[in-house]
Amino acid sequence: MSIFSFFTRTRSAPVARDRLQILLAHERALSGRADLAAILREEILAVIAKHVAIDRDRVNVKLERGDHVSTLEVNVEMLDEAKAKAG
Amino acid sequence: MSKVVVVTSGKGGVGKTTSSASLGAALAQTGQNVVLIDFDVGLRNLDLVMGAERRVVFDLVNVVQGDAKLPQALIRDKRIETLSLLPASQTRDKDALTEEGVLGVINELRAKFDWIICDSPAGIEKGAQLAMRFADMAVVVTNPEVSSVRDSDRIIGMLDSKTLRAENGEHFEKHLLLTRYNAARAAKGEMLNVKDVLEILAIPLLGIVPESADVLNASNLGCPVTLHNPESAAAKAYADAAKRLRGEMLEIVEPVEKKGLIGRLFGRKAAVA
Repeated sequence: MSIFSFFTRTRSAPVARDRLQILLAHERALSGRADLAAILREEILAVIAKHVAIDRDRVNVKLERGDHVSTLEVNVEMLDEAKAKAG
Repeated sequence: MSKVVVVTSGKGGVGKTTSSASLGAALAQTGQNVVLIDFDVGLRNLDLVMGAERRVVFDLVNVVQGDAKLPQALIRDKRIETLSLLPASQTRDKDALTEEGVLGVINELRAKFDWIICDSPAGIEKGAQLAMRFADMAVVVTNPEVSSVRDSDRIIGMLDSKTLRAENGEHFEKHLLLTRYNAARAAKGEMLNVKDVLEILAIPLLGIVPESADVLNASNLGCPVTLHNPESAAAKAYADAAKRLRGEMLEIVEPVEKKGLIGRLFGRKAAVA
């Protein structure tokens, strides 16, 4: 702890306020939809499965919350079925 | 028309029971007929804070299950004659309560009392949901601290969706009671201030209770602070909050930091930096 820390006292309350505001904005948007990632996963997979054969175990859905932008990442591994047919 | 008020918070240890006792006593001190119900089945404490722990014979669970009549279970306060307590059971758990049973008790109490104050258990499970289920309005007790504010936000969401009033599409009245407020620390930016909390939770403010030794003292003695030390800042905050619950329009004065000479000379340094 340096001698300056006495003078530049950390004001932690503004940080607390900002963190809460961001967190609660997300939590309120999600309330009532307990598991948004799971719902999105099911619906997106249903659409893809209509057209392409997929292995449900090889699907990865990630919902990441940022300060300004949230991203939804869906990774679907395609089966080699299509290639096999063509060849 | 009687009013059913749930005192709730989500988080534990923020002052629900103390606030239930103090608000109830303050209302009763103005001549209103008040009953306090402890919904914390298994972890009752309202009896202790009210100084009635040795007078409990029957409890809420006994009444709900039909083992005792309501008047047998009600404990009349010895100091304020318009104040009664319906204690929780200490030996059972929350599953001993049913929605129909609680509704029956509340309806019976509505006929006798002006105010029915439901002291909610912490959490968002069955006990807390039953405490809020039949309420007309809520007092959300919050400390100026991140986890308490987050949990209060969650509880506010539940009040707007899980109460009978909300389900019937009616507006559900909610009031914020900020407790354990330390004006000095808020002024220094070390603690969320009133404005921060109000901005985040966005419900009307019922009162600000300063962090105070008088409150602990009153609990130690089993006497609500509004009765034990009515001149203290905390007691005045509760008394004013009770008046606001009754619809009086009183201005809310934010507690200010009281500084001695030393504090005035040296305290400024910290505030500026």
